[in-house]
Amino acid sequence: MPEREVKTESKLERLLARGEFVVTAEIGPPKHASADGIRHHARMLKDYVDATNITDCQTAIVRLSSIAAAVHILSCGVEPIVQMTCRDRNRIAMQSDLLGAYSLGARNLLCLSGDHQKFGNHPTAKNVYDIDSIQLINLMRRMRDEKKFFCGEEIKEHEPRFFIGAVANPFADPFEFRVMRLEKKINAGAEFIQTQCIYDMERFERFMEMVRERGLHERAYILAGVTPLKSWRAAKYLQTSVSGMIVPDEIVERLKKAEDPKKEGVEICIEQIRYIREHIPGVHGVHIMAIAWEEVVPEIVQRAGLHPRPKVE
Amino acid sequence: MIVAQQKPLEEIARLINDCQKVLLVGCAGCVTVCLAGGEKETEFLASALRIKRQLEGNPLETVTFTCTRQCDPEYLLPLDNLIGDVDAVVSLACGVGVQYIAERYPHKWVVPALDTKFAGGSLEQGVWAERCGLCGNCILHLTGGICPVIRCSKSILNGPCGGSQDGKCEIARDVDCAWQLIYDRMKALGKLERLMEIMPPKDWSTARDGGPRRAVREDVIIDA
Repeated sequence: MPEREVKTESKLERLLARGEFVVTAEIGPPKHASADGIRHHARMLKDYVDATNITDCQTAIVRLSSIAAAVHILSCGVEPIVQMTCRDRNRIAMQSDLLGAYSLGARNLLCLSGDHQKFGNHPTAKNVYDIDSIQLINLMRRMRDEKKFFCGEEIKEHEPRFFIGAVANPFADPFEFRVMRLEKKINAGAEFIQTQCIYDMERFERFMEMVRERGLHERAYILAGVTPLKSWRAAKYLQTSVSGMIVPDEIVERLKKAEDPKKEGVEICIEQIRYIREHIPGVHGVHIMAIAWEEVVPEIVQRAGLHPRPKVE
Repeated sequence: MIVAQQKPLEEIARLINDCQKVLLVGCAGCVTVCLAGGEKETEFLASALRIKRQLEGNPLETVTFTCTRQCDPEYLLPLDNLIGDVDAVVSLACGVGVQYIAERYPHKWVVPALDTKFAGGSLEQGVWAERCGLCGNCILHLTGGICPVIRCSKSILNGPCGGSQDGKCEIARDVDCAWQLIYDRMKALGKLERLMEIMPPKDWSTARDGGPRRAVREDVIIDA
């Protein structure tokens, strides 16, 4: 693949542009005001990933802010991908936070709708949803490339130049529209895409077929999401209780039969990464979401044959 | 219509704990249609409150009246003759009616007997559902006649989000995903390509975000 144009200072973008198969992971900030855990995880992931997502009050639970956490991991030498949901901020707060995050050194941003507050620890909260994720992508692109605030006012200097990310969920419905919506995100300005955790490989392959038919893999970098499972109960929970997730029975069964389910969960994850990398064209990397299990990421990266990570000048 | 539901009897009783005589005012508009505050519900609530207070050894006197509409000042006129000696007015209208009574009678204590829920319609006998978010700038022509502003839990204008599964919203299995409905309808009408257009952020200044709203029709205003 010819090298693509690089628009930002993001290390992740430079690696993707020169055709590297990238690895990203995820750190979930804590429900308290100490960054010790975040830094610990960052130091652990440092040599095994190219960048790390910082979730933004995931599942609508109050946690240390994603932008603050990004600064902590930057200080440990890890490049952050700041997640921003549309649930908690209006367009004024979003633009303000985008300026702030960039000034603090963040170079990657991932735009999401965000889980409904009903799932979190403040279900009586008011949600914002002033703009949606596609509009947020577009807002960021305009700030960077047109040097304009949403209102049209010019950003006279020092516009925030983020590498713009979005998510795609091949496992939500309506399936046929998922690729169309991904295309809308790319049209809006998304440059890299991280998918929901893949367990139903056949469906993901069908999704990627449609992505290739529309040429979307040549317009954005697609990172396939994987999540190692610790137990068959965890698999069952995702299968039955989380909207927009598909977990085939065979994965639940495999974990159920395993002598050491955690080990088996890691095995499955490594198999998935190898399969995706070797058999599915158009995928540019993996996004390992080891939820509350960050310490397993180095082993997965190593055994999946993705270590050492490439260097960037 | 405006859909409302009656507050629990205990709660209404608590609101008029310290009253000896109250005026209960029903409304023959929307709340009659949604069986929350019409003439029948007004009489029924008055009896229930009297019985409750009787049992508690603290009898309550009630007067009842049902206005044609509580949201038009002229229909409140008959209350002038009934309101004199009551300690409070219990309105069985939507929030609009409660405020109209409070405005007309500055020295009377007015309490709501209903919770005003939404602008919607009936699905079947006894079931109502929300249909309009009253945003002040209708976009139904863009979304196949299904409103994402109020029927999508996240008011997403470029949906559906990743929480849509089997036609249902992530918040509950019995809530339809508005964007699945929009998708199905646009597909059936052969207009799916229209959903590829990115809908720009909405101007919320026409909704409540712009401050309290007014609608004016100059041509029908009668000059004094």
